[in-house]
Amino acid sequence: MIKLVPRGERSRAMAYMSPVFAGMLTLLTGGIFFATLGLDPLHALSVFLIAPVSDIYGIAELCVKAAPIMLCAVGLAVAFKAQVWNIGAEGQLLMGGLVGSAVALQFGEAEGFWILPTVLISGMIGGGLWGLLAAWLKTRFNANEILTTIMFNYIALYLLLYFVHGALKDPDGYGFPESALFSDAATLPILIEDTRIHIGILFALFASVSIWVLMQRSFIGFQIKVLGADANAAKLAGFKHKHLVWIAMVISAALAGLAGASEVTGPIGQLIPSISPGYGYAAIIVAFLGRLHPIGILFASILMALIYMGGELAQIELNLPLAVTALFQGMLLFYLLACDVLINFRIKLKTAATNAAMGN
Amino acid sequence: MKHSIKHLIASVAVGLGIASAPFAQAEEPLKVGFVYVGPIGDHGWSYQHDQGRLSIEKHFGDKVETTYVESVPEGADAERVIRNLAKAGNDLIFTTSFGYMNPTIKVAKQFPKVKFEHATGYKTSKNAGNYLSKTFEGRYVAGFVAAKKTKTNKIGYIASFPIPEVIRDINTVQLALNKYNPEAEMKIVWVNSWFDPGKEADAANVMMDQGVDVILQHTDSPAAMQAAERRGQFAVGQASDMSSFGPNAHLMSVVDEWGPLYIKRVQQVMDGTWKPESYWGGMAEGDIVVPEFNNVSDEIAAEGKQIIADITSGKFFPFTGPIKNQKGEVMVAAGERMPIKDLLGINWYVEGVQGDIPK
Repeated sequence: MIKLVPRGERSRAMAYMSPVFAGMLTLLTGGIFFATLGLDPLHALSVFLIAPVSDIYGIAELCVKAAPIMLCAVGLAVAFKAQVWNIGAEGQLLMGGLVGSAVALQFGEAEGFWILPTVLISGMIGGGLWGLLAAWLKTRFNANEILTTIMFNYIALYLLLYFVHGALKDPDGYGFPESALFSDAATLPILIEDTRIHIGILFALFASVSIWVLMQRSFIGFQIKVLGADANAAKLAGFKHKHLVWIAMVISAALAGLAGASEVTGPIGQLIPSISPGYGYAAIIVAFLGRLHPIGILFASILMALIYMGGELAQIELNLPLAVTALFQGMLLFYLLACDVLINFRIKLKTAATNAAMGN
Repeated sequence: MKHSIKHLIASVAVGLGIASAPFAQAEEPLKVGFVYVGPIGDHGWSYQHDQGRLSIEKHFGDKVETTYVESVPEGADAERVIRNLAKAGNDLIFTTSFGYMNPTIKVAKQFPKVKFEHATGYKTSKNAGNYLSKTFEGRYVAGFVAAKKTKTNKIGYIASFPIPEVIRDINTVQLALNKYNPEAEMKIVWVNSWFDPGKEADAANVMMDQGVDVILQHTDSPAAMQAAERRGQFAVGQASDMSSFGPNAHLMSVVDEWGPLYIKRVQQVMDGTWKPESYWGGMAEGDIVVPEFNNVSDEIAAEGKQIIADITSGKFFPFTGPIKNQKGEVMVAAGERMPIKDLLGINWYVEGVQGDIPK
């Protein structure tokens, strides 16, 4: 029998070792799994984890995929640290994309260096205000933000659909629900020619650094952490609870809004009904996977992006159905979370004698 | 291992912008790739495209090699998937949902030697064509069967998105109702999804609660068929033959038969005669099929078959005037056939449809 015994304090070694264990267990189980499917396990694993980034284009795509997840996740980390459970990054991202698109389309074919910043800032404001609605409901009416932000996700989606099927539809698009393609002035510059990597990845990295500075080096960050750790202590210290909730929410929502605006002005280039395949939800997993720390989130979002891309390539190269790739992705996440148990618990093998002694 | 080295060299070559020789030589199989928006197990749209893929394999045997990627979101991811298929050496790539149009055109520009075929869009380029099927021809037959079958004079229609394809088919059904049973009214529920069994079943149940006894759908799962079966009502299947999901409910299915078109395109690429075109095929081309009628009287089945025969031969065209819009204005004069261009972009309801197109 195996028993988990709580550790006296968190194991530092395990905090670093647990992802390594998880990786090894995934490789091992994945290898066995692919072998039982009649595939060469090494080849299958390399298709999943190495082939997607085997050239410049692949690495660029990894950044394209990771950027929106990272932007949402670093923002969420601030909210989660304050124990503000913003589950609405998806909706805030959609609102950012919607507002950004609406502004981008107003400029038509106009030129000017100020167009793009205006579009992106509008996206941040759109996402931020959407988050503030939930913050207001929480501080004013004590409405649970988990519920309100989830519900706002659906409202945001339907608002986006309403506009993409209506006012923002391309007049020359035969009635199909897509906006016109944005002009060059309202499109994110590409960093490497012949790839899709755009400056959105720099926004994500810059946001990560800023959030790190904010949380580690500023008084606001300190207050947010105290609020999250012990709301009563924060109250006794005289920190303004409502303000902090608003700040945490607006930071996370504005970054999600920026992610949305970067998607429509970046790899998509127009407003379409489905601008996000669930980045806002993936970001929740990524935020926790990265232990709510910017560096951790950086790695976690890259990993998340990689397993998405590996899943696509496994279908192309190995003719595996999507279900198998999803299974592999699920396995990796499962091991990562399962191994985290080792940080707070020790594994103890119970012998028959101890069983008897304990009266089992 | 050999394979991955080859792949690596190929990708490096592409990465450096070296124009490589055509991937397929005479003795090598033609590689054909498919991008699906849903899972191949949706028993509707994507399932049917996959049947088309399988029919290529059956027809050409060793001469082709096919690959597919399923459940690809219509967003930033689509371009990468299409590009990866091109990079993996596919010679012909079918992208089977509207949202893949712009990504397909973009990737086509980067891979001038690869041929692309995009379903349900309207853009073409030097090496990208598009194709669509005239579902409205089958939908007209469905409207006829529904008009004859309903006892409550209430028909339900589960719609996905208010795009021309869907508006057009709602109109066809109404035209059939106007002709065969003007008493019947059609209730439309928009589910804003192509594939969402839960929502589709909810929509079907709500409509049956309101007295609807025949359900039509322009969404892809068999959920409505199953709901109708449970409640002893009737339904028409979409995209694939859904008779097995409602032995007692199934009246007919409007089936997209992609096989003949796909085989033709593959043959053209092999022969070097492929050209980008905007293709719109229906019953005459064998792209739209109504395999059988179930749970209807022999007279209805016979008349239905006659309508199919007339559409196939070109004797009858569902969008023949006089056709009025909801305001009663004549949009197509008596005896005239609505031009293809107008049909492709249709964004108004014909007389008799209740409610407005969602904006």
